[in-house]
This record gives sequence, C-alpha cells and structure tokens, in this order.
Amino acid sequence: MKSIIFLTFILGILTFNVKSQELLDLFDEPEKETRDFVTATFKTTRIVNGQSVENVAHNELLFVVSHHFGAINKGPYEFFGLDQGTIRLGFDYGVFPWLTVGVGRSAFEKTFDSNIKLKILRQSTGKLIIPVTVSLYSTTTLTSLKWQVPERKNYFSSRMAFVNELLIARKISNSLSLQLTPAFIHKNLVKKVDEPNDIYALGLGGRLKITQRTTFNAEYFYVLPGQLDNSKTNSLSIGFDIETGGHVFQVYATNSMGMFDRNFITENTGKWSKGDIFLGFNITRMFTLKNK
Amino acid sequence: MKKYIFIALIGLMSSGLVNAQKHITKNGHIWFKSETPVETIEAHNHQVNCALDITTGDLVFKVLIKSFEFPKALMQEHFNENYMESAKFPVSTFSGKLLNLKELNFTKDGKYNVDVDGQLTIHGITKKVKEKGVLEVKGPQITITSNFIVMLADYDIKIPKAVTKNIADSINVHVDAKLEKLIK
Repeated sequence: MKSIIFLTFILGILTFNVKSQELLDLFDEPEKETRDFVTATFKTTRIVNGQSVENVAHNELLFVVSHHFGAINKGPYEFFGLDQGTIRLGFDYGVFPWLTVGVGRSAFEKTFDSNIKLKILRQSTGKLIIPVTVSLYSTTTLTSLKWQVPERKNYFSSRMAFVNELLIARKISNSLSLQLTPAFIHKNLVKKVDEPNDIYALGLGGRLKITQRTTFNAEYFYVLPGQLDNSKTNSLSIGFDIETGGHVFQVYATNSMGMFDRNFITENTGKWSKGDIFLGFNITRMFTLKNK
Repeated sequence: MKKYIFIALIGLMSSGLVNAQKHITKNGHIWFKSETPVETIEAHNHQVNCALDITTGDLVFKVLIKSFEFPKALMQEHFNENYMESAKFPVSTFSGKLLNLKELNFTKDGKYNVDVDGQLTIHGITKKVKEKGVLEVKGPQITITSNFIVMLADYDIKIPKAVTKNIADSINVHVDAKLEKLIK
C-alpha cells in the first residue's frame, strides 16, 4: 500500500514539473517560418581602401575621414613618411536601407568623387537560404587639377573616370567574413596611347574578429594581366578595425597612396618589398539624422 | 481493493492534466530602458511569447532577442552583435510560477497583485528570480504587467570601458502581456 502511494506521489510531482516545459513547447516555431537575415558582415562600409557590402542605415549619415601618410621608405628625415600625408573627407548617407549615396574629396589630384551603393541580395537562413550578400557599387571621380597644357583643347569629360564594382560577401562565421569584388574601371582620358581606357580587376577582402569589437582586415586587388604596364602594382592592404559606440577606427598599412578606387586599383606603383608602405587610417562616425 | 485505489489515484492525476487551462499570446510587449546622464537607451519588443496555466500557476515567457526594436539602427546592431550575442543566444526565457495562485479568481473581473518565482535566462545565463507583478482578469483575457530590474553583470553582459558612461549597470524592464484563452 505504502509503495503505491509513494509511486503515485512521485508521478504527481513529475507531471507538474513537465507543465512549464509544456507551456514553452507551445511556442516551438518550425525553423522555416521566418527569414533570418545575416547582419554586420563587416564593421563598417569599407574593408580597408575598398568598399564592403555594408550600407549606411536608413536616415543615418556617415562621416568618413581617411588619411594616408607618406611611404615608410622615405627614411628618418621624413619621419618614415609621417611628415607627409594626403586626406579624403567624405559623407555617405542612407537614403533607404538598401541605398547609400556618398560624396567625397581627396587632396590627391584634387579629386571629387560621388558614389552609390545598392544592396541587391541579403545573406539569410531560415525560410529562404541565400548564401551571400551582394551589392552594386558605382563611383564617378572628377579630377579638378588645373590643365597641364591650357593652350590645348581640353575637355571637361577628360577629368572623369567611372568605376563599377560588384560586391559579393559571405559572413562565414561570427568571426570570419570574406568578400569578392570584381571591378570595371573606365577612364575617359589616359596618359599614354597604349594605355587602356577600360580596365578589369578582381578584389579579395576579408575580416577576422579578434575580440567582439576589433577585427583584422586584409584586402588585395588583382588587375587582370595584359592591361597595365610593369610599373603598376596590385594594391595590398592589411589593418585593424576598432569599433567604439558610434565610431569605427580603421588603422592600416597599404602600398596605395590614393583613397579612391580608380587610383588604388589601376594607378598603384607602391611595392611592399621596396618599402613603399603607407600607414593610414579611416575614422567613421555615424550620425542619426532621424530616429526610426 | 488496492487495485481500485491505484486506478482512482491515477485517474485523479490525469484529470489534473486534462483540465489544464492555458492562456497564451504571441504579441506580448516587453521594453527596457537604460538611463544615464549621457544617454538614454530604450528598446521595444512586440513579439513576446507568453503562456499561463491558470490551474497550476505556471507562467512562461519566450523572447526573441532580434525582435527588440531600437530608434537607432547602429544601436540595434551593437545590441545583437556585441552585447547580447544573439547569434549564440537567440532567445531569452522565463519559466516560473505564480505563488499566490489560490488568492486569484479567474472567473470574475479583477486586479490582483501577484508574486512570481522562477528562472530567468538571459545571454545563456540562468538565475533564480522572484518578482512582483499585476494580474488583471477581464472576461476571457488576462493581462500580466510587471516592472523589474535586471543587473547586466548578473548575466555576463559586458560593457566596454569606452561606453561605461552611456550604459547603465541596471536596466529597467517592463512587461505587458495580454493573454487569451487557448482553445485546443
């Protein structure tokens, strides 16, 4: 008799403990109910010199200050390049969550640039599995230097170049993201007759998280062979991103002097092996113009 | 005789299971506020899952962290990516019981102060909590509201030195869930 009472008592307790789990089980959603978007593939809109798939959020304004010092191989008199420098100031604005527009100006060749970044595909899991985030980036540069030979018939359009890139990125894990950037550069005017106006290149970039808020970034732009002369080199950059609240600080070393795509992809002459290494940094600050 | 007593006892227990009356919502509202002299941070989640069994007093909440909406997109990104690590811990849950169940009359409209005891899991860490709330009966609808403090350090949510002035150590959490009878 006692054993029966004991047994039913135990069973009673077990059934009551199961209740909480039963209640929670009411909310078990089948995995494919919603589309789970991947966010924060990169910490900011640039990997190093080149663009990342990240857009500026809706109604937010990103202020970007980029600075490249002189080359380290300039030696101690130039304080290893720190005495020299070139700067770019730019603003990127999130018109829609999928559309960012930007303007900027580089001291290098007094170049103005304008750009748009359009997000076409977002990486997601759940209801719809998309393996990559894809964006379209298009930029126009305008050199505002005075004409070298003013007596000649100079065309305004000669000042302009156009770069179009497809940004294909995948957030492979919480710490690792990789991006492939096929690029097409068109220059209205080139220096020599045998220089091509149209250049094709392929960029590869990525980031690896070191801590929650710091990452190691690297970027390489490979210009397809047979297009540029031997003096031109491919752009290689490595650096760190440090994120604090509304700022991202990117500190890096690169063999490229310029900070706009036309220059660092197709007009690069720096060689890492020779010490043509430019230290640089980007500081980005996000301003919210209108709360959601 | 023993056999009949045994069957009767089994019968009594199982009747407890069959008569369980559950109230449920998938659109409960939870919001929290962090206030410091430098910055006020507020986020709202309108997709909170909540269920209450009025026969046993069992109360559960299931909250998807990614559903918290912030006024600034960057805040929302940092909340998920850096602080709450939503990729690792997508859900926060509360599993507990109403302690003063016997004082509550669910058949008559009324407002009651309730004591709730249970386990709260945030950021992968579970802690025993005991909080107060208000339970209001209005016909078939039961509304549960509560206001309590969560200490970020208790749940291993780290605040970097650069922003200690922007984020409070203790966060004010508000719950407002309107549950309807679950008709199986």
